[in-house]
Amino acid sequence: MAAQKRTGAARAGWTALAWLVGIVFFFPVLWMVLTSFKQERDAYTTTPHIVFTPTLDQYKAVFSGGIGTAVANSAIATIFSTLLVLVLAIPAAYALSIRPIKRYRDGLFFFISTKMLPIVAAIVPIFLAVRNLGAMDNIWTMVVLYAAMNLPIAVWMLRSFFLEVPRETLEAARLDGAGVRQELTEVMLPVVAPGVAATALICVIFSWNEFFFALNLTATRAATVPFFLVGFITSEGLYWAQLSAAATLASLPVLLAGWIAQKQLVRGLSMGAIK
Amino acid sequence: MTAIAERPTASAAGRPPTSDRREGWRRRGPLMPALIFTIIVTQVPFLLTLFYSFQSWNLLRPGSFHFVGLSNYVAVVKDAEFRNALWITVLTTLGAAIIALVLGTMLALLLERQVLGRGVIRTLLISPFLVMPAAAGLLWKTTMFDPVYGLVNWVLTPFGVHNVDFVGQFPLASVMTVMVWRWTPFMMLIMLAGLQAQPTDVIEAARVDGARPFAIFREVTLPYLRPYMELGLLLGAIYIVGTFDEIYIMTQGGPGTATTNLPYYLYQRTFQGYDIGQAASLGVATVILTFIVASVALRTVFRLFTETEGR
Repeated sequence: MAAQKRTGAARAGWTALAWLVGIVFFFPVLWMVLTSFKQERDAYTTTPHIVFTPTLDQYKAVFSGGIGTAVANSAIATIFSTLLVLVLAIPAAYALSIRPIKRYRDGLFFFISTKMLPIVAAIVPIFLAVRNLGAMDNIWTMVVLYAAMNLPIAVWMLRSFFLEVPRETLEAARLDGAGVRQELTEVMLPVVAPGVAATALICVIFSWNEFFFALNLTATRAATVPFFLVGFITSEGLYWAQLSAAATLASLPVLLAGWIAQKQLVRGLSMGAIK
Repeated sequence: MTAIAERPTASAAGRPPTSDRREGWRRRGPLMPALIFTIIVTQVPFLLTLFYSFQSWNLLRPGSFHFVGLSNYVAVVKDAEFRNALWITVLTTLGAAIIALVLGTMLALLLERQVLGRGVIRTLLISPFLVMPAAAGLLWKTTMFDPVYGLVNWVLTPFGVHNVDFVGQFPLASVMTVMVWRWTPFMMLIMLAGLQAQPTDVIEAARVDGARPFAIFREVTLPYLRPYMELGLLLGAIYIVGTFDEIYIMTQGGPGTATTNLPYYLYQRTFQGYDIGQAASLGVATVILTFIVASVALRTVFRLFTETEGR
């Protein structure tokens, strides 16, 4: 009895601590959402206001400030770059797992090594090339660059899923005379569909949040959401509530996606190393 | 593997070598689009960077393009700001990755203790990682770190802190706080995966044998978690080394060069100086330095990947 009571108390203690830490970590996010529903005068108080009359004014202001275009641009860049990644990565991962090429390890090594080199080191020629091709401030430029950015992760991740396809099913299909394409679409894809979804999620997160290319290669027409936020740096002293509304809108899609697909998140971030 | 296994049978059946070659291309075919795309978009720019690094070329001065040999590199070696940026990159990357790993491991261990509402707490804890980095930088700089209205000042008031301009006075610590806040959830997720894959029977056996909880942790859990820690640290470092968003938003590399890391310095040299030759040689120097570190990291990562795959 005593031991049971003690473990019960310990459990309550650990639970309280876990909640406390969880709330501390989450607090900046919560504060962002709360502030976004405030009037500016409630956002600037030396003692933080928890109780206030909520308003949608800031969201209205952000939309009339043009975040809609930025969201549309971000959506195009995210969706199409993710599709391009999948179109390229699925066959590549197949060639590196199911019917591996002879030097598949070199292939894997090549893809991951491109991820290790800092993007900024290539910005000079990319900037010049984009400028000379007349592709500045064009959202399709972002699509191509984001696809290149995410492709290595996607190849690794998809490969880890492909390796889980039961060999027997494949062998059976091969005996039945299925060709490579049939094998891929009819045997593999149904099994690895969750893996494809997880890979897409990771690509969506990274391309939606991407800032460096957007900052340097877009301007007014193709500005994405992170670029839109930069506009608040100069006027930061005056518009915290509005800034919070923009930040909330900017973060919402990825927050929701990540919350829903928590399990896939770790696998994607570890490029498939952790199941 | 199958390629090696199939080859002798193919020649034993007396098939001509052309079908062997055709089979090779059939296998390589699906890889080609991704490979060519990656080479064009990521490798060609690197080669061009190398070419530009031997030229003198300022975009603001038309006609200035000419070959200058190694003089850009001499400038890089002599450049004190480059060394400063290198040092800040090493410091922030290692510092943030290690602190995040320690915190993340502690959080993962906490969540493993049968706490109530575990799923909700985990959801709360992973949120910092999902918030857009540019937005996070803006919010921390203003609503959190502001000297007058910031929450951090308010929370620390009972401890005698008044109107401290965190970003201005402790720029590096402020930026690193945001990095740690963002990357701790990442580390926690990796360590949680490690804890969940841990065989419970060993722990049960140790407990039956009367081992104390701390001894169990040190002798059983920690050795088991080690590869996950290495993986977290390496992947974390790979992601963190390229940090640009937070620095651009929060400090613009300043005050002075206090928070100018290599990515930010490269950005500055390219888009504020428009000195392509100089920027390119800095880029090459960065690539060489990263490659030295990365080749060590790659080997470890590869070993870890093959280990986890073998399970």
